Formats: sequence, structure tokens, C-alpha cells
Amino acid sequence: MSEAEGVDARFSGRLGGFALDVALAAPARGVTALYGPSGSGKTTLLRCIAGLNRFRDGWCRVNGEIWQDGERLFLPTHRRPLGYVFQESSLFAHLSVKRNLRFGQAVGARADAPAIAWDEAIELFGLAPLLDRAPRDLSGGERQRVALARALLTQPRLLLMDEPLASLDAAAKEEILPFLEKLRDRLALPMLYVTHDIAEVERLADRLVLMDKGRVLASGPLAALQSDPALPLAGARTAAVTLSGTIEAVDGDFGLTSVAVRGASFVASGQSGRIGERRRLRIAAGDVSIAVAKPEPSSILNVLPARIVAMEAATPNELAVILGLGEDGAGERILSRITRRSWERLHLAVGASVYAQIKGVALSRGDADA
Amino acid sequence: MPQSFLQPVVLTLELATVSTILLLTLGTPLAWWLARSRVPWKELVGALVAMPIVLPPTVLGFYLLVVLGPHGPGGALARLWGQPTLAFSFAGLVIGSVVYSLPFVVQPIRNAFAAIGERPLEVAATLRASPLRAFFAVALPLASPGLLTGAVLGFAHTVGEFGVVLMIGGAIPGRTNVVSTTIFDYVETGDWASANILAGGMVAFAFVAVLSMFAIERRFAGQRQ
Repeated sequence: MSEAEGVDARFSGRLGGFALDVALAAPARGVTALYGPSGSGKTTLLRCIAGLNRFRDGWCRVNGEIWQDGERLFLPTHRRPLGYVFQESSLFAHLSVKRNLRFGQAVGARADAPAIAWDEAIELFGLAPLLDRAPRDLSGGERQRVALARALLTQPRLLLMDEPLASLDAAAKEEILPFLEKLRDRLALPMLYVTHDIAEVERLADRLVLMDKGRVLASGPLAALQSDPALPLAGARTAAVTLSGTIEAVDGDFGLTSVAVRGASFVASGQSGRIGERRRLRIAAGDVSIAVAKPEPSSILNVLPARIVAMEAATPNELAVILGLGEDGAGERILSRITRRSWERLHLAVGASVYAQIKGVALSRGDADA
Repeated sequence: MPQSFLQPVVLTLELATVSTILLLTLGTPLAWWLARSRVPWKELVGALVAMPIVLPPTVLGFYLLVVLGPHGPGGALARLWGQPTLAFSFAGLVIGSVVYSLPFVVQPIRNAFAAIGERPLEVAATLRASPLRAFFAVALPLASPGLLTGAVLGFAHTVGEFGVVLMIGGAIPGRTNVVSTTIFDYVETGDWASANILAGGMVAFAFVAVLSMFAIERRFAGQRQ
């Protein structure tokens, strides 16, 4: 990856009563999630990159093209080759679905070699039956599908998504997530995805930018940040890690899939792929318990040797333990949430060899570190 | 008898049509600017535009007479094509009507632009639409209920105007005598039957105008949901 590819942006200053001081880098492809509580500045950062907000002290370069250089250069939004998906339905109420899609459709040079063609977009998002409808006759999920397709049909070189699922109910979210996964795996574009929902981060993100109070707390590959004891993610009640692995065996008799990651191999329910395909695994800290000796056979599918890498108090009585998979602990890192009493009774310590018992592994498509 | 009604009715419709076209042409950009500009003095302009709502029409008519008359800039302008004055002419009536009805056109259009909010225009910009294209392809269609309301109000208000057209036009029979001033003439000369016919027509027209405004509102309120 050359330096000029991807996104490189810095903004600092005040806008209204809000202070922002951030730097962001995103690779030329894959989803970079901007995650943080509301008011942390994620949306403002996204809007600055789009040119919808303007800080005097700002710098933004996308795929080698400078979009803002302080006050010397500021490309207006309509000259920036980006796609933007807003949180709430942003379809034009006076236009049909088809005319909404046509509104931003690239014309001229970019249309000759489109990253996504009209027919392809219609097919990918299942829009054929909706084309002649008015936006007001669509469900929330359908509207966001149209909005996504419309953004992509402009043939953007950067896709910005501002909590595209936040206004949807759980069922509609589940309807859209597979589309977003497909886009992530298919498009060679940098994608910035703003969310305050960690479940979306776990499903979609390759990289993570953790934000708080207008600043960047940390940024890097998703799994590294999830298992960093210094960051708030590892200690959260819903803490989990997202690993990527390769399917190495499919057991048709029992309906199980084995997925190899660095330092271990997991068995998960379901047989949704072929050997060699990449999968994301989500392992929740609450589903991982620790044993000091190899446990008796039980119904738990995954019992893996590991080493304790670090420990951090999550609450006064609960601990977040970071485990390195493998006898030597050099493999992928996972989290375990245990009580302080267990830690003391089992005489656990950093560096100790243990067995991790994992009750649940969720598989989804794609790669966690593209 | 009907022949004598025809001339003021036709003149009134001509005046209202020309005025409404001018009102929309001037009022739409003005309303856009008032709705979106961030300059602090824009409300001064807004107040000036709204003045005719509270000013007595005779006062407005008087100053228009001064400005458009032989000794004002309007007279100087009229001399370019050999006329002594802009007052007491169709052009004078149009200018008076436009000034007088402007707030009734600008206000609903301004409200409609304000109600659209920033978002559709931001969306348009992210879809590569230049500000000009965003205005014509997004803002104008979305504000169309306001534009229609403004057009109906402007037209109806021009048709119903009396004080300003009397001052600036002088109610010259056959030239500047519109329906409202003709009714006044009939009453002055004791021809109540004729006054009644024209006045009744105005009542019917006003009812249709108000009804069509409600219909516009209903139709678009349903569409936006």
C-alpha cells in the first residue's frame, strides 16, 4: 500500500461549542469503524472529511488527492468523489426510487469503467421490485438499501457511512448487515463507518478508531484494540474479540465447521462454507472460562491451551483476562471475564499456562484484517 | 351591461397574471436568501419586504405615486419611451401590485425553504450536485407547496387590492379601472345591482382561492409522510 492511498485526515478546532482534535488514517480498502459514545465527534469527523463541516485547521487527503489543506484549499462537497450514507432516510421525497438512484449516477469518464454498474447495484441490493415506488412507501430497511445503492452509483472513491443502521429496528438491521458485509468484501474502497453499536463494529470493521470527547483514544486493527487491557473495550460488559480464520474442515454429520486461527482451531455450529474460505469469529469474554488443568470431557466444544497475557480489573469484583492462544501463548488473543474470587482461588497469574473453555463461537463472512 | 363588466375583469386578470409571474421570479430567490443566509442584517430586508402587511395601502400608494410620477425616477424612466409618467398606467399598476403583494408570496416560500432543512441539500452535494443543480432539482420541487401557496396568495391578493391601485392607477375607465375600483365607482353612482354582481364574483373567487390553498396543503402533507 503506497502512502498516498487510503485516507489521511487531521482536523482540529471548535465548531459551535464542540472541540475536535483528531487525526485519522484508513487503508485503501476495508472498513474502518469510528466508534465512541454520542458526542465523541465521530459524525463531525465524517462530515469534515465530506466537506459538510469545515475547520480552518484541517487537512484531508484521499487516494492521493488533497481535499482540504487548511484555508488554502477546500474542495466543496460536490467535487469530492465520495459516497455518503446518512443515519436517517435521506431519499428525495419527490423522486421515485429509480430517479433517486439516477440522481447521483456517474456520467462521463467514470461511467466507462464503473466499480459498480447499474444492473449490478440493483441486483446486489435487491432493488428491482422497488424501482417505481416512492420513498414514502418503503420500509426503513428498504430505504437504507436504496440510499446505499445510490451512494455507490456515484462511483465513489471513498464511502462514508454515518450510523446507517441506527434508525432501524433489529430485524431491519439484520436485513442490511449482510449487504454491508458483501460490500466490504467486494469493493476496493476505503470505507469509514460511524457507529456507537459495538455489535456492528464486530461484524463489519477491519480497523477501529476509538473516539471520546472529540479526540482519538486509540486506533488500529480491530482485534488488537479489543484485547488491549489499557482500553475500555476489554473491560466492557459485552466485551468480545473478532478473529479471522480459515475453514479447515466441515463436519456434515454433526453440522460443524472447524476454523483455524493463529495458535488454535475453533469448532463452531453450522456448515456455511467450504474449506479454505475466510471467516470472522466472534468470541465473547463472557463465554470464555479458565481452567488450570485440562478439564474432563464435557459438552463444551472448544477447550484450548493458552497463556494468561494480561489482567485488568473490569469492576471491583470482575476481571478481564487476556489470553494468548497456544501452549506458548503466542497465538491470537481472546478475552475471558472471570470473578476476582476465581482468580485468587485458582492462583492465576500473568504468564500462567491454562485451558480456555469457550462456550460459543459466532461465525460470519469475511476477514477481520483485510 | 355584461360588456361593461368585461373590461375591468380582463384587466384585473391580466394584472394579476403578470404580477404573479413577476412576484414568483423576484420572490423565490429573495425567499431562498432569507431562509438560508446567515448575515445578521437579513431580517432588516425581511422587515422591509413585510412592511406592506401593516402599512395602509394609501400610504404605500402615495409613495409609489411619488416615485413613479413625473418628478420621480419612474417618470424619468418613462420619458425614455416618451411617456410623462409610470403612474396611471398598466406598468404602474404592476409595480404597485408587486410591491404590495410581495410579502404574501415571500413568506410561504421562505417557510417552505426553511422547512426543507439543510439535509436534502447536503445529500444532493454528496451526490455531486452543484449548488445550482441542488436548488433546481431538489429545493424547488420540495418547496413546491410553498411556491403554489405563494402564487395563489399573490394572485388573489393582487385581484383584491384596492387602495394601492386606486392611488397609483387612478381608476381610469378602460385603462386602469380594475374590478375592485369599478365596484367602488358603481356604489358611488348608486348602481348597486352592478356592484352586487362584481362583488359576488369576487366572493366566489376568494372562496375558490382559499379552498385551493387548503387543497394544496392537504395534498402535499399527505405526500411528505
